[in-house]
Amino acid sequence: MTTPAIEISDLRKSFGSLEVLRGIDLSVGFGEVVCVIGPSGSGKSTLLRCVNLLEEPDGGSVRVGGVEVTDPDCDLDGLRRTIGMVFQSFNLFGHLSVLANLTIAQRRVLKRSRADAELIARENLERVGLADKAGAYPAQLSGGQQQRAAIARSLAMSPELMLFDEPTSALDPELVGEVLAVMRSLAAEGMTMMVVTHEMGFAREVADRVVFMDGGQVVEAGPPADVLGSPTEARTREFLHRVLTH
Amino acid sequence: MSVSSTPASAARAPAPRRLGRRQRQRLTRAVAYAVFAAVVVAVGALADWGKLAESFFRLDIAAAMFPEIVTVALRNTIVYTVLSFLFGLVAGLALALMRLSSIAPYRWFATAYIELFRGLPALLVLFLVGYGVPLAFPDVQIVGGIYGSIALGLGLTAAAYMAETIRAGVQAVPRGQLEAARTLGMSHPRAMVSIVLPQAFRIVIPPLTNEFIMLTKDTSLAYVLGVTATSIEVTKFAGDELNRHVNPTPLLVAGFMYLLITLPLSQLVHRLERRGARRG
Repeated sequence: MTTPAIEISDLRKSFGSLEVLRGIDLSVGFGEVVCVIGPSGSGKSTLLRCVNLLEEPDGGSVRVGGVEVTDPDCDLDGLRRTIGMVFQSFNLFGHLSVLANLTIAQRRVLKRSRADAELIARENLERVGLADKAGAYPAQLSGGQQQRAAIARSLAMSPELMLFDEPTSALDPELVGEVLAVMRSLAAEGMTMMVVTHEMGFAREVADRVVFMDGGQVVEAGPPADVLGSPTEARTREFLHRVLTH
Repeated sequence: MSVSSTPASAARAPAPRRLGRRQRQRLTRAVAYAVFAAVVVAVGALADWGKLAESFFRLDIAAAMFPEIVTVALRNTIVYTVLSFLFGLVAGLALALMRLSSIAPYRWFATAYIELFRGLPALLVLFLVGYGVPLAFPDVQIVGGIYGSIALGLGLTAAAYMAETIRAGVQAVPRGQLEAARTLGMSHPRAMVSIVLPQAFRIVIPPLTNEFIMLTKDTSLAYVLGVTATSIEVTKFAGDELNRHVNPTPLLVAGFMYLLITLPLSQLVHRLERRGARRG
């Protein structure tokens, strides 16, 4: 039995009196791509943010590579280095060039030399098709380019798994494709990915497993062909009907 | 101008005596110009230019102030401003971070400090530092003598204002910036230093320039600490000259000296802002 990349059990989280996560159980194996779908407010982003402790869970357990992240003695900064995260709003560092965005954590956190960091940064910019944008500032890039740069920034830290929090939701429709293409190639390279998304086509095509959440609970989980193709739960059917026929 | 033909033909219709939007705009503007011109003409006509020239524009008195007004007084004004600004900036940054701290006593202290020093006149604080500190701590020498006392006296007040400015700047940096930095494995202090503060400072450059300009003028309070011939600043220097000649021309020269500091500064900041805007 190998250790899963992410192992979540009975995870609970409330914001004030609002119960956002009501006992989530989920595991993601190494090399697996899991897409989390569901209506807004279903708790999927909160679930993702609990994995690297951007949100502190109220109860339950989250293990990443076998390490309990809620343990007060856990080296959180060390653990986060191994977990890449891509945000809906890109969050590139606005005062730094694209190259510096990719090198700053490598140099300050991983203590790589400037030359090494820049080499790795340029490799990863190449990987996402932005080799010519190294000297640009984030504000000079399109949304799609910013998001690809943000993915490259995470990849430059050589993460063991990647979290994507609605990576294409803030993009103009014509820019969604270029970001999904990068994510598709990442998945093909065997990256472990947990993706919160509204892109059903991507989930169907790339995911090994799809998890449907509603009301802070996992309603249904399984291979995309099952969950998206022939869902067993009424809530899943209803959601898919709304999403696919809007 | 050809546009006016349409409202004019409309005005011939029975009901409306009201002006068109464009006509009203033109009328408002004409009135504004007329009032402005009337004020300028009135002030110009009523002022006794002869007396004014005699009092404020005595070139011989102005010339006698040079070069000391620049080599000593202006130099000291700049030194006092820069020193108190640096002290205020460092202390203000510390206070801002304390106000944002998760440690409650830090927040209490910073809040109390800011409320206290924002409420006290700079003159009073300068006095307390100049005469209170030596009384309270007879064995303590403020580093730098009069320069240190002024930097401390003006910097303590400036720190309170700058703390609020910097705090607002830090809070204006989107939360996602900190989250992205933490996600990359940076510790909280590292993320603040490398990611949040550089962006916060770019936001607060204009208000901090304001603070610098206010400090430039506050250095005119330095006289309460008893400045000497070598530590004299612009206003005190001009005041002494005024008394000596019984003529206010030195005040005009002093005013010019302050503009010599503040105008280029505004230009510099303007340019910095434009450079920042280009990068986004």
